[in-house]
Order: sequence, then structure tokens, then C-alpha cells
Amino acid sequence: MSNPTKPQVAFYWCASCGGCEEAVVDLADGVLAVVDAVDIVFWPVALDFKRSDVEARPDGSIAVAFVNGAIRTSEQEEMAHMLRRKAQFLIAFGACSHLGGIPGLANLWDRESVLRGSYSEAPSVVNPEGTLPQESWQEDGRRVTLPAFRDTVRTLDQVVEVDYYIPGCPPTPKLLMDAVQAILSGALPPRGSVLAPDIALCDQCHLKATKPDRLLLASFKRPHQVLIDPETCLLSQGLLCLGPATRAGCEALCPHGNMPCTGCFGPTSRVHDVGAKLVSAVGSAFDASSPDAIEAVLSTIPDPVGTFYRYSLPASRLRRKVSQAAPAEAAQ
Amino acid sequence: MREALSKNGGPRVGVYICHCGKNIAGLVDVQRLTEYAATLPGVAVARDYKYMCSDPGQVLIQKDIAEHKLDRIVVAACSPLLHERTFRSATEAGGLNPFYFQMVSIREHASWVHTDKEEATRKAQDLVRAAVQRVIYHESLERRRVPINPAVLVVGGGIAGIHAALTIANGGKHVYLVEREPTIGGHMAKFDKTFPTLDCAACILTPKMTAVRAHPNITLWTYSEVSQVEGYVGNYKVKVKRRPRYINEELCLGCLECIPACIYKEAKHPDEFNLGLSKRRPIYIPFPQAVPQVVVIDPETCIEFKSGKCKKTCVEACGERNAIDFRQTERTEEIEVGAIVLATGFKTFDAGRVPYYGYGVYPNVYSALEIERLVNASGPTGGEVVLRDGRKPERVGIIHCVGSRDENYNVYCSRVCCMYSIKLAHLIKERTEAEVYNFYIDIRTPGKGFEEFYTKTLAEGVHFVRGKVGQVSDWATAPEEQGKLVIQVEDTLAGMIRRIPVDMVVLSPGLDPQPDAQEVRRLFNISCSNEGWFLERHPKLAPVNTFTDGIFLAGACQGPKDIPDSVAQAGAAAAESLALIDAGYFELEPTTAYLLAEECSGCKTCIPLCPYNAIAFDAEIAKAAINEALCKGCGVCVAACPSGSIQQHLFDDRQIYAEILGVLAGATAAS
Ligand SMILES: Cc1cc2nc3c(=O)[nH]c(=O)nc-3n(C[C@H](O)[C@H](O)[C@H](O)COP(=O)(O)OP(=O)(O)OC[C@H]3O[C@@H](n4cnc5c(N)ncnc54)[C@H](O)[C@@H]3O)c2cc1C
Ligand code: SF4
Ligand code: SF4
Repeated sequence: MSNPTKPQVAFYWCASCGGCEEAVVDLADGVLAVVDAVDIVFWPVALDFKRSDVEARPDGSIAVAFVNGAIRTSEQEEMAHMLRRKAQFLIAFGACSHLGGIPGLANLWDRESVLRGSYSEAPSVVNPEGTLPQESWQEDGRRVTLPAFRDTVRTLDQVVEVDYYIPGCPPTPKLLMDAVQAILSGALPPRGSVLAPDIALCDQCHLKATKPDRLLLASFKRPHQVLIDPETCLLSQGLLCLGPATRAGCEALCPHGNMPCTGCFGPTSRVHDVGAKLVSAVGSAFDASSPDAIEAVLSTIPDPVGTFYRYSLPASRLRRKVSQAAPAEAAQ
Repeated sequence: MREALSKNGGPRVGVYICHCGKNIAGLVDVQRLTEYAATLPGVAVARDYKYMCSDPGQVLIQKDIAEHKLDRIVVAACSPLLHERTFRSATEAGGLNPFYFQMVSIREHASWVHTDKEEATRKAQDLVRAAVQRVIYHESLERRRVPINPAVLVVGGGIAGIHAALTIANGGKHVYLVEREPTIGGHMAKFDKTFPTLDCAACILTPKMTAVRAHPNITLWTYSEVSQVEGYVGNYKVKVKRRPRYINEELCLGCLECIPACIYKEAKHPDEFNLGLSKRRPIYIPFPQAVPQVVVIDPETCIEFKSGKCKKTCVEACGERNAIDFRQTERTEEIEVGAIVLATGFKTFDAGRVPYYGYGVYPNVYSALEIERLVNASGPTGGEVVLRDGRKPERVGIIHCVGSRDENYNVYCSRVCCMYSIKLAHLIKERTEAEVYNFYIDIRTPGKGFEEFYTKTLAEGVHFVRGKVGQVSDWATAPEEQGKLVIQVEDTLAGMIRRIPVDMVVLSPGLDPQPDAQEVRRLFNISCSNEGWFLERHPKLAPVNTFTDGIFLAGACQGPKDIPDSVAQAGAAAAESLALIDAGYFELEPTTAYLLAEECSGCKTCIPLCPYNAIAFDAEIAKAAINEALCKGCGVCVAACPSGSIQQHLFDDRQIYAEILGVLAGATAAS
């Protein structure tokens, strides 16, 4: 199947939900153009290649490897390192591999509490002995092994060097097409760039003109709590839209669907910690002057970390909650 | 001295450690610190010196720049507030851009706040390392100059505003003096005598008031208020709202013939200037020496305004002068000035807020300002001190500190009340020969001639009772208290509770900020202290400056003070204005915020945040715009811009992170 004249492309997934794979499929007709132009040599979700097939290829022989998902296990680390060796361009594809994504919110807990929560304490689990997954197990003379489960979720570039980033949860088909074309034609921005405009989403938002000069918000509302006016800036309606802090490129898909931006494209290149930025920007729009009034506004943001760092906790300056229980691995 | 070559081919840094005599060298091991600094990457020279700010210290830097081809300078000494300017100038004199400099405070941050030599030295090392790492990223910056408009606006025509206006006008600059009352003069115009010299207030004030009127360089607008202020130092655009007084100021000669001609034969309306102790007509002049000598019509009480059916006997009396104009409307004047002096004064504390002193309940409980009017020769009683029923009081009690030094009201001391209470005691005794009692917490006489004035009044037989008065009531418990007001006080010197019956109680209220101080503060973009007094830039070194360049403070609007201090401050504010104008230009610090216009998404987060109104939204391109001439470099917008599209000179991320990493490098190395 491999055609030596076409550039070889690999897709891989790590700690992710599968949505990024779906985004590739979402290219619809476009996928044919991609398939025409390139030779897909690895894509576990769709094609039956084995890890050994890739290992057998010479280093640097793959033109581009798209890796989605954050890095949590030893196997994902190995795959990241391997693809890095084999590929000329390693692309972090989607919010999880770019910034840590939703799986990255697990950095608010340590390894032990994640395993206990999932395998013994969850209400749907019956596990009276409290057995937790083991990396290796001997039974009937057979040894079974599992990859190691790390204490901290990491972004792809915290494990290997990354050439470009395609943001989004998931990236839009257009971004992917643009990226593929840019790579094929060689018209690439400086290495390390995020392949999306370096301006905040308000710039692309159809509601921008309706935003008032001064926001005075006495409370924040969640989308199910209000009848949203589709013609007015969502933030001014008290919906915590993260557009002002989020990189553009999606063309305001969510605001178009009456949903506030949740920040999946991550910050612009000029912001090092999007959560901290949001706290200072959103905090300055409070209609409150006394400590009590400020508390009242704050109480309408029930999950600040999950709101402001929804896709970016591992990539932020905070990175994780440092637990007393596992300080050693936390610093990895 | 230690010398090394810059190791990385990057900028060559010179580090200078100051001993500050023993201030720093007493606790920080300056030798070791210097040796340490010499080992840091990029450092070409490191020296220590006894006093870096001295001339030889500065010359050291200049010579090294030439000899060692330095291109960055770090001085570890006292605080930037004190000497950043000094060392930037030295850097500049050595031929470098002054912003290729970073200061480290190892006195305030190390030697002065620690006791352990080892720890203090280690901390100084951390701070020096941070500065060296930071300064490498510094960029050369240019100070910009803005021209200064030579006119000055003075707001408030009390003694402070009058003195400032005259001084500036005498210096040859044009002054706009804006006063909201119909006359200038402020509180001082209400007094008969002034402490401690007992000068006749009118004799020293009225000549200054007339001088204002006559001065060719002063435009006086009374009955007027500033409604809008735009622009920045040297270039303020101001709008002044002029209320109609229904008199044409150009035509009114001040003959006052219209007043007795008013259809009201008897004056019926409470006279504001006399605090309601007398009556005035709808057409009036606040007091005989008012400036300008122009009457006012009060539309609230004038029949012509109420019904349109008055015979207008005033117009008849005015005759050919034709100065009365019922159709006058509010006007707005627009002016451009380079500097502004605020002299809006104070208000007395409302004595009615202290319920147990009976102000507003018992007619013979007076406030000190009312007594000032009663003792005044041109006041409602011609200077006679009499009770509401016309009787002469035989016993008078004066209560100090009403609303001052009191946790329930103002905690601060109002500075003038002890002295004016003693003045009033003297005047009342002189006019009535009554027994006068002063009730005080402490007598505060810290001014020139004050203590002497106090002892003189003591010698005159005025009684001084030390103790905070608990209550004033008309509840008699003994025959001699019948028909009197009884002052109940714990005499802390005699160690007993006393009840002192009197005919008249005088409350000496403290000084409050003007009730509209917050609005005025916002209008002029300055700050207030917690109590509401306008905030000076520095209590010792910049007492008449504000944090807004080109706006100065004079008189009691900055805090309670007496006339001599108000005048002195007004002179200082005038001098600051003149110095600013005569320089011809103003240098703006280049540490301003700037917009990355391409990257700005137009989210408007920054627009309302700037405390100096330096940011506007450019609707045409739907992006923010920063006026760097107005920016003070506070950094609020820089922190708030959610897409990082506002940056600040000398505070960019590389510089700040380099500094943080520099401080922390010690901690990681140690652990
Ligand atoms: C009862 C009493 C007795 C005193 N006796 C003495 C004494 O004997 N000797 C002594 O040295 N000190 C005395 N003082 C203190 C003295 O009154 C002050 O030191 C002095 O008045 C301060 O002058 P000023 O010009 O700062 O303020 P003010 O006298 O208060 O004048 C401020 C002026 O600004 C005007 N103004 C306010 N706001 C605005 C605005 N927004 N726009 C335009 N105009 C505005 C006001 O109408 C007023 O005319 C006494 C104080 C009191 C209360
Ligand atoms: S730095 Fe401060 S003063 Fe300057 S524009 Fe921003 S908010 Fe205004
Ligand atoms: S906060 Fe930033 S992005 Fe938003 S308008 Fe201001 S400068 Fe532009």
C-alpha cells in the first residue's frame, strides 16, 4: 500500500476522547483529497497497522505525524518518542496534546486518588477488595502487563519536541486542511507556532459590535439558566464567554450556536497562563466593590479551575495541584 | 574590585554595590556580594563603594562605561524612589541610554529588614542576580516631551485659591479662577478675627479679594463649576459651567440699589452666608465686601420666577444700568490650561450628627461657624454675642473636638479647632464678660505663637476643663440649673463628674472633606485618602503635587490646616505651576503601556480600567487605542488584556520572567 512517491503521514492518539479522530473523518470529501495527496502509514483508529510496522520504518521517513491526546501513560510516552524519531514534522493535534485538554484536569488529583476513584469508589463499581490496576500480574503461569499510569498528565511538548500545534477540541476541518496544505507546500510559519490566527476570538465573533464599553456583571449564568439573546454579546448577558482570552480560528462556532466560548483553542502566543489572565480580565468586570459583593459574584462561578483552565491546566504555570502524597513524581 | 570578561558575548553589565555608609555594609557583606556579582554571566565589572550616589560614585559608573565598554548598569543601593533618577542620569552621562539601568534595593529589602548577616547577604545576592538577568533584556527608550500651555486654572476661591491665583498672575501667567459660590473668600470671609494674632480677617482678606478682581491676568468666574476635564499635563481642556445669576456682570456696578427696592419690604429668606442667623431678599449680595460686587437673584425665592407677575421694582431701581436679566441661562466656557491648582477647601463637620450635644434641638447650642458670624462686626448682630432671644449670655461653654478624634466620627485631629475655640473664648469674653468654659481632650497648640495665645487666654480668666463632654441637656437637677443648658463632663484633672450650667453652648466641629470630594477627584483624575482628603504625591517630598502631573493642591482640600499653612501651600502650588510652565515642556516617562494594534481583538476589557482615562475604543477599526501621553504606566491594562495585546516598556514578559527566575535561582540551587 505504501507509495514511495507520496509523503507518508501517521495519526496517533494518546489520552483523548476520540473527537480528534472524528475531526479527520469530518474532512468529508476533503479526506479523499488528503488520501490522494499522501500515503497514510499509521492510523490505529481506522487502519490496521501495528506499532511494529512503524518501528520498522527508517528514522525520519514519515513526513508528518499528527498526535492527539495528552500524555498520561508510559506507553504514550514511548509512542511519542518513537513518532518523534520517525517523523520530520511532529504535530500536536487538538487541545489535549497542545495544552493537556480535559484529561489534564485530572492534575487536580494524584495518581492514587484517580485510580481509587475510578476502580473502587465510583458508585457504579463493585470492588469490595479494592483491587487497583497493576502494572504486571501473574496468573496461571502467564504474565500480563499494563503501561505505567503516571501521576501527572502532560502535554505532548512536555515529553518530546513538537514542531507545530493545531488547536481545538477538536480542531476544525478547515484548520486541518490548511495545515496539511501548508506542510505539503512548505509555506510554514516559524517552528513552534500554533497554526491558527494569533488574535483573540472576539475579532471573529459576529456579536462583537454589541459588546458594551464597560461590563458590570453582578453574577454569572450558565447557559441553561438563561434565555440567551442570540444577537447580543454573550459576556454582556452574564455568560462566561472566554472569547476575549481565546485564540481565534474557529470562526466563533460556539457563539454562533448560542454557546459561550470555553477556550479550547488556548491562549494567544503572548499569554503564558490563560487562567491567570482570565481571572484578572473577568475580575475587572465585576459589579462589586465590597468584599461581600465580590464573594457573591464569585459564588456564581462554581468551578473556577474547570472554567478558566478547562483545556490548559497541564500547560499552565500551575500545571497541577501538588499533593502531599506524591511529591516526587509531581515534579517530573 | 573584581573584573571578569562578559562570558557570553551578550551585553556587558557593570554592577555597583553601595555601602550606604553602615546602612547596608553594616549587615550585608558587601565584599562577598561584589565577588559574587562578578561571577554572574554577563557581568564585566563589579565594584563596591561607600556612597554610590555621591559624585565620585557616579563618576565611577561613567568611567567604567567607557573603559570597560559596559552596556548595562546595575546599582544595588537604596530604593528606586530615592535614587533611580540619580543613577539613570549617571548612566546617561556615561553615554548609555538611561534605561539600560536597573536598581536593586538592598537597603530597604535586605539590610534594614533583617538581623542575620548571612541571610541578608544571601538575599542581596538573589536580588542582584535577578537584576543582572533582567537588565540584559532592557531596551533603549526615549523620553517624550510635551509642550505646556502657559495658562493655569485655579478651582476654589478661598484664601488658598486666592493666594495661588495672585501669585501665578503676578508671575505673568494667565489664571482662570473658578468659584462656585457667588463670591470668593471661602471660610475666612466669615471670620472677624484670626488666631493667633487676632488680625482682623476682613482687613487682610478683602485687599486680596479686590486684587483678584482687578488683576489683568485673572479671569474670575464665580457661581461656576468645572464640568469636564480632558487632556494631560500641559494640555488640559476644561469646560466650566457658569450658573445664571440673572445679572449681567458687565453692566452691574455694585451700587446695590436694587436690594432695598425689592418688592419684599422685609427680608424673609434665610441668609446662607450668615448660616441662617439673618434674612436676605431674593436679590442679594452675600456680604458687603463680596467680590465680585455683583448681586445675585435666587430664582427659588424671587416672585418673578415663581409667578412671572412681579412688579420688578428691582429693575426699576437698576434703571438705565439695565443689569438685571431674567432670561439669563447657564453657559459653558471652554478653556485650555497647562496646569491646575485645586483649592476647594473643606466643610465643617455636621454637629447635628452627635445627638448627645443637642445641636438643632436646643436653640442656644451653636456651631463655631455661627459664633464666627455673631462675633463679626459686619455679621447679623453687628458683633454682639447674644442668644436667640436677644439676651446676653452670662455663662458660655465651648466644646472642642466635635466629630474629631472620635472613633464614631473622624479619628483624625482637625488641627484648627483648639485654636479657633480659644480665639472664640477670648472674643466672647471680650464682648460679653461672660464666664467661658472650654472643654477639651488635649490642647494642641503646635504653631508659631499658638501656645502664647493659649496662655494669654488662660490669664484672661477663661476656664479650661479637661474631659470629653458626655452630654448637653436642659434637664435641671438643682435650682442653679433651672432654665440653663447643663454640660455634663468627666473632669479628668479633678477626677470627678461635673455638671456645669451655661446659657450658651458652642460646638467646635472638626473639618470634613467637601461632600463632593469624590466627584471632584474623579473629574480631575486624582486620588483621595481614606478620609476623603485629596491625596498628595508624597507627604514629605511632594506635598502639593498629585499623582496626576500638572495638577496641584492648595489649602484645606488636602487636609485640615489653618490660614498660614493654606497660604504657604498655595504659594508652593503656584511655584510648582510656574516652574512647570517656565520649563516650556514636560518630559514623559517612557515606561508606558502600548498596544499591539494588529493583535488587539477589540474585546474592550481594557477600556474602562485605566485610572487615567488613557484608553479609548476606536470604533472605526474596532480596536483599543492608548494615549501614551496620559498613560502613567500603572500596568492595569497590561495585566488585564486577556490576549496579551498590551505590553509595557521596561515591564515586558521576558524582563519580568528573567527577574523572577533570577530571584528563584538561589532557592533551587540551595535545595
Ligand atoms: C470655625 C472656624 C474658625 C477658624 N478660624 C481660623 C483662624 O482664626 N485662623 C486660621 O488660621 N484658621 C482658621 N480656621 C481655618 C480656616 O478656615 C482654613 O484654614 C481656611 O479657610 C482654608 O482655606 P481654603 O481656601 O483651603 O478653604 P476654604 O476656605 O474652605 O475655601 C474653599 C473655597 O472653594 C470653593 N469650592 C469648593 N468646592 C468647589 C468646587 N467644586 N468648584 C468651585 N469652587 C469650590 C468654596 O466655595 C470656597 O470658597 C478656622 C476654621 C473654622 C471652621
Ligand atoms: S498602564 Fe495604566 S495608565 Fe497606562 S494605559 Fe494601561 S491602565 Fe492606563
Ligand atoms: S483588552 Fe486587549 S484585546 Fe481587548 S480591547 Fe483591550 S487591548 Fe484589545
